[in-house]
Parts: sequence; C-alpha cells; structure tokens
Amino acid sequence: MVRKKLISTDEFCVHHNIEFSFIRNLCEFGLLETIKVEKTEFINEDQLEKLERMLRLHRELEINVEGIDTIDHLLDRMHDLQNEVTQLKNRLRLYEDLD
Amino acid sequence: MAFVDYYQALEITKSASDKDIKAAYRKMARKYHPDVNPNDKDAQKKFQEVNEANEVLSDPEKRKKYDQYGKDWKHADQFQAGQQSQQRQQQSWGQQDFGGGFGGGFGGEDYSDFFSSMFGRGKQRQANFKGQDFNAELRLNLRDVYTSQKQTLTVNGKNLRLTIPAGIENGQTIKIKGHGGQGTNGGPAGDLLIKFAIANDPEFKRVGNDLYKTVEIDLQSAVLGGDITLDTLSGKVKLKVSAETQNGTKVKLKGKGFPIYKKETQFGDLYVTYFVKIPTGLTDKQKELFKQIFELGK
Repeated sequence: MVRKKLISTDEFCVHHNIEFSFIRNLCEFGLLETIKVEKTEFINEDQLEKLERMLRLHRELEINVEGIDTIDHLLDRMHDLQNEVTQLKNRLRLYEDLD
Repeated sequence: MAFVDYYQALEITKSASDKDIKAAYRKMARKYHPDVNPNDKDAQKKFQEVNEANEVLSDPEKRKKYDQYGKDWKHADQFQAGQQSQQRQQQSWGQQDFGGGFGGGFGGEDYSDFFSSMFGRGKQRQANFKGQDFNAELRLNLRDVYTSQKQTLTVNGKNLRLTIPAGIENGQTIKIKGHGGQGTNGGPAGDLLIKFAIANDPEFKRVGNDLYKTVEIDLQSAVLGGDITLDTLSGKVKLKVSAETQNGTKVKLKGKGFPIYKKETQFGDLYVTYFVKIPTGLTDKQKELFKQIFELGK
C-alpha cells in the first residue's frame, strides 16, 4: 500500500499567512485538488510544490487566479515542448553518429 | 566593476515618476520572475538587476544619490561618509521601509558590486523568499543507466544520496527539492536540478526505449541459416538466423531494449540489423565452387 503524506489546508494557510479563499479559488479553477478526511481538508504532498509556486506568482507578482491558470497551462506546454526537443535532439544524435 | 544603468534595466527615462517606476518594475518582474522562467539563468540575472534597480529608484534618497553620482561610482568613499551620517539620522528618525521588493532567491549577497559600492549591502526584506535553484550536470554512460543506481554527490559540503532511476534519458533533468540555495528570511531552500548527459554507446544506439545494434553474420549463416550468439545489455542471447537472410535485414527482439523510465519491469525492444560479411582471400578452388553455384542458378 502506498502511503501518502497529507498537509492540512489550515496548516498551510497559517504557515504561509494566506486566506483560505485562495486555496478555494484554485480548487474551483481546477488548479488544485484537496482531499477531505472527515471534516478536515488536506493537500497531497506532491501538489505542494505547484501550490507554493502559484502562491509566489499571486503574492509576488499580484497575479490573479485566472492569470495563474494561464501561466500554469503555458508552463506545462513549455515543459512538453522541451521534452519533445530533447527527444528529437537524441534522435538527431543517432543519425549524426551514423554518418 | 561596471556601472549599472538602472533606468535602462527598467526601460524608463530619467524623468520617470514614482508611478512610472512602480509600473515598469511590475512589468519587468512579471517578465523575468524565476517561476515564469524555470531554469533560465539569463532571466534570473535580469530579475536580480530589475530588483536592484527598483530598490534604488523607488527610494527618493537612493535615487538622488544615484542620479548625482551614479556614473562616477569611483567616488564611493564620499557616499560612504554620507551614508554613515544618513544612518545616524535614520536611527533618530526611526526605520523607514523601502518596500516593494520581490524575491525569487534574491538575497542581499546578490547585489551587484556597483550597488554595494554605492549603497552598502541591500536592506534585508521582511518577507521570506525561496532560495536559488542550483543546476548541475551528471555525465553517465548508456550502460550506467540501464539499471537504477545509487550515487553520492557532495552539495554544499553535504553528502547527498541519489537514486538514479533506470531508463533516464539524455538531457532529462531531475529535481532534488530543498538542496539549492538557502531561502531568505526563513524562506524555503531552492532546489537542485540535475541534468543528465548520457554518452552514446559504441555498440548500442538508443531511440526512446528501443535499442539498435548492427551484427555481422558470415555468408554461410546468411545463405543456409544458422545460430548466432548476441550480446544484449541484459546478457547473451541465442538467435536463429533464417536461411537466405539478406544484408540489412532487421529483426526485433521484444523486451530486450532499454528499461522504461520509472517502470523498471517494462522494456523497449532491441532491433538487430544483419550485416552479411562477404568472404575475402578466396582460394582458386573456392572461387571455382562459387562459379559453379552461380552457373547452377542461371
């Protein structure tokens, strides 16, 4: 059985000094998924990095949730394209070696 | 030490108002923020420059000094004396907040020499910021990444045990959270990004999870068929060569390729291309026999 580490949303909000509504908005935009255990809401550990990045964008650049959604989408696309470039470079390397 | 044109960094004119500076800073910070430009060192450098420019130009006293002496930074001694008297004044007036700075791993030690010479170390911000991400490159051979392996790296004087999953690709980066630069004011540490440079193997070529290999077979095996023993990355395998195999024939050995990244029980395929070796140095008798064979074929 895989054990998942969960962080309560309350703890996250207190630690980062943010309002819970920020988390709620991210969930509504489909940018974050929380897990409800009994009456407490939790964030999965593997979403923490993404959440902290979104928080920095919001706090340091004053970007609203719509903007974060757009950035997130573009960063994902950039990541996919970078992977594709790497794969193509590796493929090209094969043919260069054959010459 | 070079003069830094803060107006140019924010792309504003010398007559820019406080409002213009703030707007320009926001625009540039959004453009070069490390979270929007992951793994981009140039953007990170530019972001630090923009932060520094804002710290100077958004503060009337600093801006005045900069405008007066900026290009003539060699008179830093004079500024130092002025700065000391100003500090005494500030102590009596109480602390003023410069405010408005962004983070992204921008600590006091990241100010340019020019800034330090004119203004001393930057004022410590109250907000906490994530530390700088460190980038490293790890060079491995193709055979090294056929199986998962543990390596110990030394980062900032600390030993870090790292498991490299089998099947990692050339150019792929893995992130080790929290092993980058220290955060500012108690902020989280940055990450360590390790990029893998995997050297080509002289025997096997890799494309995705598949491997390609060329194998020499003798004319007899190609014509009449036979068995050959082949080296794969998981050991030797016996292969049946069909009779009348043509030069350049490709055969697929299912599951004998490279392990799939993070799915170690699944493998790609191995494609073997036959290269038929034509015998050389034939004796007269052998040549005669070949002639007979060709005559029969007519």
